[in-house]
Amino acid sequence: MSTVLDWLAALGRAGLDALARLGRGHVLLLGMLAGLGPLARRPRLLLVQLYSVGVLSMLIIAVSGIFVGMVLGLQGHYILSRFGAEATLGVMVAASLVRELGPVVTALLFAGRAGSALTAEIGLMKATEQLSGLEMMAVNPVYRVLTPRFIAGFLSMPLLAAMFSALGVYGGWFVGVGLLGVDDGTYWSQMQAKIDLEEDIYNGVIKSLVFGFVCSWIAIFQGYDCMPTSEGVSRATTKTVVHSALAVLGLDFVLTALMFGN
Amino acid sequence: MSTRGMEILVGAFMAAGFLALFFLAMQVSNLGAVAVGDGYQIKARFQNVGGLKVRAPVSMGGVPLGKVIGIHFDPQTFDAIVTMEIDRTFDKIPDDTYAKIYTAGLLGEQYVGLEPGGSDRNLEAGSEIRLTQSALVLEEIVGQFLFSKAQEGSKPQEGTK
Repeated sequence: MSTVLDWLAALGRAGLDALARLGRGHVLLLGMLAGLGPLARRPRLLLVQLYSVGVLSMLIIAVSGIFVGMVLGLQGHYILSRFGAEATLGVMVAASLVRELGPVVTALLFAGRAGSALTAEIGLMKATEQLSGLEMMAVNPVYRVLTPRFIAGFLSMPLLAAMFSALGVYGGWFVGVGLLGVDDGTYWSQMQAKIDLEEDIYNGVIKSLVFGFVCSWIAIFQGYDCMPTSEGVSRATTKTVVHSALAVLGLDFVLTALMFGN
Repeated sequence: MSTRGMEILVGAFMAAGFLALFFLAMQVSNLGAVAVGDGYQIKARFQNVGGLKVRAPVSMGGVPLGKVIGIHFDPQTFDAIVTMEIDRTFDKIPDDTYAKIYTAGLLGEQYVGLEPGGSDRNLEAGSEIRLTQSALVLEEIVGQFLFSKAQEGSKPQEGTK
């Protein structure tokens, strides 16, 4: 009997913990959004974060974009040439990049490159009591430290995803047109004929905005909510990457179903 | 790193991002292909539009002139009415132009092809194309083919009698 009660108690504790974490996450989100006004008076804080979140992620995004595009060109050509449809290589490369791979792979790379750094930085600030120190000096740490990082992540993601897709299209072009002999004009004209501005590109941008919001939120919350020990910071960093990846892939399915599944 | 250097790099990052978005909008999507919105509307009646869809291209001689903006059903004549928007720059299309629904490639999408007539008067906003030919429906063609084969097959038997 007591084992059943123990089991029930453990289940209840886990559920309550999860709900409490969810609540803390939303309170933190509201706090960060309330920091938008103070942030507008200190745009320099945002600039520094755009540098560390956006500019420093550019290289890995650019390299991955080119290589993903090249692989798409290679694999697409292999399959399409069996049906004599190499002409649609451009459509295949561009559609898969703009709709899916651009936002999703960028978000996964962003979680690994920028999200983990955000968590570790904020977690260490908490562990070394810098956040409490700010509070002692009557500076709101959420406004001062978290809001700029959140907004920088939210703004960087669509730009990074657009770079990823654009470079991927050129990567596919390089392999398809440059190496495998697909006609240059066909590659672009088929792409332009089939890719729709609203249906494909706007929806891709909306996806990456959602992913930027979620990934930055998760990264900052995990850092802010971690146990202030070295083990806690390391665990929070792992959680950031895992939760971001799961959230991105799950949300991607929901968003795709909403946008394209009619 | 100096603040100025950081500002420059962030500026370059944002410029590169917006440039990539602009590239996707202009070069990858159909925005650059046919200017949309500034055009005049014409109509055509078809007995059967097959798989024609809204936003399908309208082309003459293979060059896109506009797009289909609406497909409706006329309950009086049981025809399909296709509304097309033609770009303003192509305003010299004869009013006896012939409209036909073609298929791009074997499995491609359907589009409206226009073949110019010889009339002096041009199509204007709201005018209707009178000469049209319906889409080819694969089942009908296969049916006709089978029918003609069956007839061919029955003739020699008559001859032997």
